[in-house]
Amino acid sequence: MSANWGLRLAVLLPALWLVLFVAWPLLIVAEISFSEVVSAIPPYLPVFGWSESGPSVSGNVENYRLLASDALYTASLLTSLRIAAVATALTLLIGLPIAHGIARAEPRFRGALLLLVILPFWTSFLIRVYAWIGILKNEGLLNELLLALGLIDQPLTILTTEWAIHLGIVYAYLPFMVLPLYVAIERIDPALREAAADLGARGTATFFRITLPLARPGIAAGCLLVFIPAMGEFVIPDLLGGPNTLMIGKTLWVEFFANRDWPVAAALAVVLLVLVLVGIAALDRAQRRAGEGLA
Amino acid sequence: MELAGVTKRYGRVTAVDRVDLQIPKGEFFALLGPSGSGKTTLLRLLAGFELPDEGRVVIAGRDVAQVPPYHRPVNMVFQAYALFPHLSVARNVAFGLEMERVGKSEIQARVAEALAQVELSGFEDRKPDQLSGGQRQRVAIARAIVKRPELLLLDEPLAALDRRLREKTRAELRALQQRLGLTFVMVTHDQDEALALATRIAVLDRGRIVQVGTPAELYERPASRFVAEFLGDCNLLEAAIVEPGVAALPGGARLHFAGDAAPGSRVTLAIRPEKIAIGADGRNTAVGTIEAVEYLGDISHLQVRLPDGTALEVTRVNGAGPPLVAGDRLMLTIPLEAITVLPA
Amino acid sequence: MRRGNSLFGVTVLTAGFAFLYLPIVLLVIGSFNAGRQVNVWAGWSARWYGEALRNEQLVASIWVSLQVALAAATLATVVGTIGAFVLTRLPRFRGRALFRIGFLTPLVLPEVILGLALLLLFVRLDLDRGIGTVILAHATFGAAFVAVVVSSRLASFDPALEEAAMDLGATPMRAFLRVTLPVIAPAVLAGWLLAFTLSLDDLVIASFASGPGATTLPMRIYSQVRLGVSPEINAISTMMIAAVTVAVIGASLAAKRRR
Repeated sequence: MSANWGLRLAVLLPALWLVLFVAWPLLIVAEISFSEVVSAIPPYLPVFGWSESGPSVSGNVENYRLLASDALYTASLLTSLRIAAVATALTLLIGLPIAHGIARAEPRFRGALLLLVILPFWTSFLIRVYAWIGILKNEGLLNELLLALGLIDQPLTILTTEWAIHLGIVYAYLPFMVLPLYVAIERIDPALREAAADLGARGTATFFRITLPLARPGIAAGCLLVFIPAMGEFVIPDLLGGPNTLMIGKTLWVEFFANRDWPVAAALAVVLLVLVLVGIAALDRAQRRAGEGLA
Repeated sequence: MELAGVTKRYGRVTAVDRVDLQIPKGEFFALLGPSGSGKTTLLRLLAGFELPDEGRVVIAGRDVAQVPPYHRPVNMVFQAYALFPHLSVARNVAFGLEMERVGKSEIQARVAEALAQVELSGFEDRKPDQLSGGQRQRVAIARAIVKRPELLLLDEPLAALDRRLREKTRAELRALQQRLGLTFVMVTHDQDEALALATRIAVLDRGRIVQVGTPAELYERPASRFVAEFLGDCNLLEAAIVEPGVAALPGGARLHFAGDAAPGSRVTLAIRPEKIAIGADGRNTAVGTIEAVEYLGDISHLQVRLPDGTALEVTRVNGAGPPLVAGDRLMLTIPLEAITVLPA
Repeated sequence: MRRGNSLFGVTVLTAGFAFLYLPIVLLVIGSFNAGRQVNVWAGWSARWYGEALRNEQLVASIWVSLQVALAAATLATVVGTIGAFVLTRLPRFRGRALFRIGFLTPLVLPEVILGLALLLLFVRLDLDRGIGTVILAHATFGAAFVAVVVSSRLASFDPALEEAAMDLGATPMRAFLRVTLPVIAPAVLAGWLLAFTLSLDDLVIASFASGPGATTLPMRIYSQVRLGVSPEINAISTMMIAAVTVAVIGASLAAKRRR
């Protein structure tokens, strides 16, 4: 084709963009995670430098040793994993009946119901998390309601607990779970449910033996879409969790902004990235094994 | 329009293999073949979407083998029509003229004329998704003929229509071609479509043209087993020539035929099922037993077994006489001129 | 078989939507509370809306956010659309897999990592941190979202349309401008809108990439929220929710009418 140079330019432009804004920054993170923190601007000792005798390398694995030995970091890693896993499971449990309900609704209502699920996603994440503070705090609306109903006689401490974080994650990421689940369930040929019923399966049996296995790709996608951001979440643990709940995203933030320890923050980022990749791979594998089990 | 030695390869696969073809102006030409025979590639070579590895593609006296599609005096009616969904009917038809930078008033006049030719006047402002399948096809035709191409290419023009509409559209397409006097080249895998529409047909098999002729020539005098089988139903019988004008079937029965084939050679005899007469009427007669009857209303297909074991398919026009059932015995005659001798 | 929901289904949907909307509704109601105490109702008032709009820092941050979102979404749309083309229309070239991974990475990367990584890049490049760096950072993840939205549209785009345009005399460039681009325009617009909203919404990446004088609205809200619930924040939140609701419903109605 005559527009060959144009094609080359079309490939080159986004390729350069990716190298500059995606690949290189991540390599810098990796590099700085091996550097030493100093009181300077920027506050680290470059790993690769030039001395009088030529190029020099001054990196070490001290930051990673610190992450492994200091209980603060190991605890925040484990807490992140636990909270992300539990919250993802809760989101799935809540999202599944909602997605199923929408997929089973009459077609003319489905669009509106979907829009209702998506709409909160377009409103500010920060505000949606913030809205829960007024509800959950000790003198908040939930406690007032429970007190008024006489169900409790003194306010429950919900805010600043892990439960508040779970709630925040479920609330904030529910649309990410419902949408792929809905797509997967809606795609299932209704004749399959009819066939199951014809063969004697009741509604619940049909759901667990037909709908759920066939919706597996949607379940995997939804879990990934919730688990990944939940792992690195900063806003929710910061606003809803207490000072004692350490999640890795929040720890990274504190190391970076409060302690100005960029090398440790970079090392945390690398560890978080590895955990996320492991999470993706594990889910992918579980998914594939389940698929083979079916066949 | 002329193709000479045109070859197109995709990696190790040769999709079109040294094809030579001449199509005079004003013909309605059909490229007929099963899928994978190279007919679509051939059409795309004419349109310019594919460039040949070898050979010449001459259109209106100019070799356009390496000319891109937008500089060829050729237009195409796409299989699923490829109407631009964001443009109205009128803007779709005007598109090609706008590309040529034709003046506004001329565009208007020519678009109106083209839409009138396909009987779509009054549909100018509709969007493609507001049209029926048949109307969409007519827009696609109008969009192509408005450019007054040397060659109009049609890719499976009837495939996307339902059966009723297909028969009606056939007649319209043929009338339109005659009215415009344009050269049409159509690709189809449907033999009925090719027979009904085309003035001449090229049958393709595995990238090569195996026979070119009028529909009657191809049907009555197929040059090979492939053509005989692909166009219509055909009884194909292995036989050996025992003496001039006489062939012996494996079961022992002898058939007389018109034409010359060297004694001793092995041949295939092609006999169309509707040409086998019922009743004794000449030399090749035999009594057969009906094994199965397929009743189709106006006609019936009969599976008949001859005494020497030869199986024949016979078409019988229903109407006169009692209906035939399996087990009935039947006197058959195969007229001499109904037998085409093909190479084994 | 019976279509529609059982009583159980209807209950689940009602409870689910109540869960999704109740906090927002309470927030909106709270924004009209005349008193400063959030949990004590002191009568209806629009007082906090006035206070919010008189808060110069808050208003200034709205302008910063709008500028950033506008520029970042536009940049992201250009890069993401070209990227989507490269991904879907040029199936064979060396490094295509890397290209794909590159575009998907910002989608799966936790925000804190992307924010940190981009900040370190800006430091390395010696760029002064401010509106410009926030725009670049937001365009980076925005481009990924645009690429996903546009390439899914391009995947279902019938290539015969481009062939038809060329058959009718359009050069490849004109075929792209006159046929491909108008047909995929809704997806490009949707991608832009997504990038715009994500930029308006982002706190974490902006916090890393930003510098003095470039405080976005989420950054401003966050710094106030840390001090506790305030009716002023409720008011500004309600205004944002109203704006988004009107925009989304308007857009979906417009999309429906086009059909």
